[in-house]
Amino acid sequence: MAKAATDRPNRPELLCPAGTPAALRTAVDAGADAVYCGLARRSNVRNFPGLNFLPDEFLEGVDYAHAHGAKVLMATNTFPPGDDLKDWTETIDIAAEAGADAAIIADIGVAAYAAEKHPDLRLHLSVQAGAASPEAIRFYTEHFNVKRVVLPRILTIAEIRKLKSEIDCELESFIFGNVGMMAEGRCALTSYVTGVSTNMDGMCSPPSHVRYEEGPDGSMSSVLGDITIDCVGPNEKAGYPTICKGRYWNSAHTEPYYAFDEPNTLNIANLLPELIEAGVTALKIEGRQRSRAYVREVVAAYRHAVDNILAGRDPDLANLVALTEGRGETKGAYASKRWR
Amino acid sequence: MTARINLGPLFFHWPSDQMVDFYARIADEADIDTVYLGEVICSKRIALFEKQYDAMRERLLRGGKKVVFSTLAEVAVTLDRKHVKAICERENDEIEANDASALTLLKGRPFRIGQLFNCYNIATLDYLVKLGATHVTVPVEMRAAGIAALAKRANEHGIGTEVQVFGRAPLALSIRCYAARARDRQKDNCQFVCNEEPDGLDLHTLDNGRFLTINGIQTLSRHFLSLAGEVTQLMEMGVTHLRLSPHTGDMVKVAAAFRRLVDGHVTADEAQAALNEAQPDAVFSNGFFHKMPGRERVGTLA
Repeated sequence: MAKAATDRPNRPELLCPAGTPAALRTAVDAGADAVYCGLARRSNVRNFPGLNFLPDEFLEGVDYAHAHGAKVLMATNTFPPGDDLKDWTETIDIAAEAGADAAIIADIGVAAYAAEKHPDLRLHLSVQAGAASPEAIRFYTEHFNVKRVVLPRILTIAEIRKLKSEIDCELESFIFGNVGMMAEGRCALTSYVTGVSTNMDGMCSPPSHVRYEEGPDGSMSSVLGDITIDCVGPNEKAGYPTICKGRYWNSAHTEPYYAFDEPNTLNIANLLPELIEAGVTALKIEGRQRSRAYVREVVAAYRHAVDNILAGRDPDLANLVALTEGRGETKGAYASKRWR
Repeated sequence: MTARINLGPLFFHWPSDQMVDFYARIADEADIDTVYLGEVICSKRIALFEKQYDAMRERLLRGGKKVVFSTLAEVAVTLDRKHVKAICERENDEIEANDASALTLLKGRPFRIGQLFNCYNIATLDYLVKLGATHVTVPVEMRAAGIAALAKRANEHGIGTEVQVFGRAPLALSIRCYAARARDRQKDNCQFVCNEEPDGLDLHTLDNGRFLTINGIQTLSRHFLSLAGEVTQLMEMGVTHLRLSPHTGDMVKVAAAFRRLVDGHVTADEAQAALNEAQPDAVFSNGFFHKMPGRERVGTLA
């Protein structure tokens, strides 16, 4: 009978962002199998003003999702500093009380708390923990009974397939959205420029430190803190200043260039069949900071594509490409080692 | 109350000879307690100098230094895993873990928690101490309150706490090699170009601001961290070890400056003046400690 279970086609979970209660309902209605969200505090890595859930809203969100057959995961994926743990332990408590389907953790101390206080709360390992090797993943599965790991966006599909064969937990992978270039959970660039720490305060490029400056020639600079991240001509659209998407120069490359990464949108729609076949159990869409309209469109398009793939039909990916909003798109690390 | 001076792992790619000479001088001349060896940034580089590790280790031991081997911080591909395993198999050496994979390989053995291992809080520290942690170096962006809480807890556990007080701040890691990218190459055909900049490749903003420094897959601060002005506070918090991060400046002089400062023979300003001489082009900052942008300088650093 166990054999029959393994022979069943791998039906992946389509996991969608819910930055607000309204976005949660939108994502569930558009066909998400699961949504992930965080509380409006430092305990999650999208701790932006106006986003996220109050505890009561989270409870209602879980009820709504469960009533519609969808799961809810609580992002608890930042790192409490020193002895200042309350925001994180409360988040775990609220996730457990609300009946969340899992908490997504990154910090060892938070994992230890959750595993001890709420042994029935399922734990997923956040991409912020940066575990990309079988040995690192095994540390979390053995010590905290972690059931799923969210993979850093650094492996090729061939490497993911090999990894899957060496570990005993589910794999979750990002498939779409705006992705940073640095290893998650190990980036203090925002902290260096603004004093707001991504790891401890839950914000990368906080809006409070962002400004746009028009030059005398009509050019527009995107500035974070005191640092010019990029500058575009009068008729171009200035991007949001994210340090790893900025343009810089150095003695080896004196023309300004994207020293880390082009500001592209990850979209691996055409690699989905391979990714599913490699053993990825959950397909994750980025974008808790996005509008409901965006969430509805992206979730519906991916729902359609995944269902087609599972039914053996052509995935019909054309509309997914349109979702990158005119920005370039990238397959990131997934397609080839040459991306590195 | 006093503190010991340690030399953290070399982040940069120095030619093998330069590395051997550097550690020989440290062994012979530097007033340093513990030296961390081992490549923590890029597994591709290791083959170029790993044969020298044992000789460097011997030399440092003969110079009266303790030697600890640090593991690679970002572990993904087969080569990375192989090198973490090789370091963890050094049975006669203390090991500093910089990622969770090392903890799996070190099971049952005592270990140190590295600067690039995310140990931000006392709950994490408690857990790692149960597994055998004997020493912790706090993350570089840690603020005073967090350092104080970790140091207090570490003292209760009877283990050491280390804080970086000198050198460029390690800010980020990536799978992609930016030294190769600056030459329109990829990591797989990098030709080890990162060895052209022994303190890293300085990155400038479009308006010519000096911003960051590239070291292969690592990004560091352009400014040099100096906590000379905070050493007294660190010691009062119970921090037991001060970490110097190796650069091309005169590290013997840097170590001496901190030694004299810790011993109360010079003021913080005098120590800072010595640092300015030891690393002449450096701009110093200390913002992280003060809950400010890391690149800022707070107080009266000379």
